[in-house]
Amino acid sequence: MINHVLLRVVAKLLIPLIMLFALYVQFHGEYSPGGGFQAGVIFAAAFILYGLIFGLQAVKSVAPTGVIRVLMALGVLIFAGTGLLSIMAGGNYLDYNVLAADPVAGQHLGILLIEIGVGVTVASAMIMIYYTFSGRHPLNQDE
Amino acid sequence: MLAVMAIAIIRIRSLIAVIMLSGMYSLLTALLFVLMDAVDVALTEAAVGAGISIILLLATLSLTGETRLTKKTPALLPLIVVVLTGMVLIYGTLDMPHYADPNAPVHQHLGIRFIQDSPQEIGIPNMVTSVLASYRGFDTLGEIVVVFVAGVAVMLLLSNRRRRPASSSDPTSARDKQEALDD
Repeated sequence: MINHVLLRVVAKLLIPLIMLFALYVQFHGEYSPGGGFQAGVIFAAAFILYGLIFGLQAVKSVAPTGVIRVLMALGVLIFAGTGLLSIMAGGNYLDYNVLAADPVAGQHLGILLIEIGVGVTVASAMIMIYYTFSGRHPLNQDE
Repeated sequence: MLAVMAIAIIRIRSLIAVIMLSGMYSLLTALLFVLMDAVDVALTEAAVGAGISIILLLATLSLTGETRLTKKTPALLPLIVVVLTGMVLIYGTLDMPHYADPNAPVHQHLGIRFIQDSPQEIGIPNMVTSVLASYRGFDTLGEIVVVFVAGVAVMLLLSNRRRRPASSSDPTSARDKQEALDD
């Protein structure tokens, strides 16, 4: 879509770093600021940057709309499923103490799982909103 | 500085400049949060307020237009309402405890319990995460459902999937539909 060499090169350099940072924020959220929500937004920003520079078609071939739509629901299901899992393990809904033999380990596991759910849903919802918005642009109408 | 920016946002007619200014506003707010040691909130504000929402606003702008219509009539009643509400709010802050006062009621209630017990109960260094993900798990679940519903709503309202094939190549019908939705 845009033929600026500078933008393309800088974007190609930046996108892996943005994704790496998003993963860091996601999985290091227990020790440093961050968590699933922030990580999801940063991860979506990488895709949106790619879409802005290389066009909607290019980013849709990387992350098809159907996959994003499924991921959007999957994140909520992971979160809610973790709650059901703790019911099945004999605790209350979203009570992670029972997920492992040791309550603290159970808490770690539960938080890790729900943060993944949060991250997946937020990232794919943001990407989906971007897709729908820019899909309405006259440039992208003839798909 | 934030007040100057807010006034500029109201006055400027070019909407692109308005969007840029509101991005800077978010970034400054994020810096304020960092100064208040609320780094988690600052990260969210910088990523969402200054990042994603700006891009979405720009995407909306590329669909609509870049200057706003100005109304010539001065809006007196809203001004009175805003001034009155602001005065009431400022009067309300007089009763509030000072910033970072350790004896403030909000620091006496649950905060102490979280700070004392979460290292044993949850065992992770970032207490914000343990409150958000474990103690307040239901809240976070609700937030995620809100994000999910927002995504689904945008899909339903704006995607072209259900348009008939005959009109799918005609951009004006999409524009009409958009306007019908805006009404």
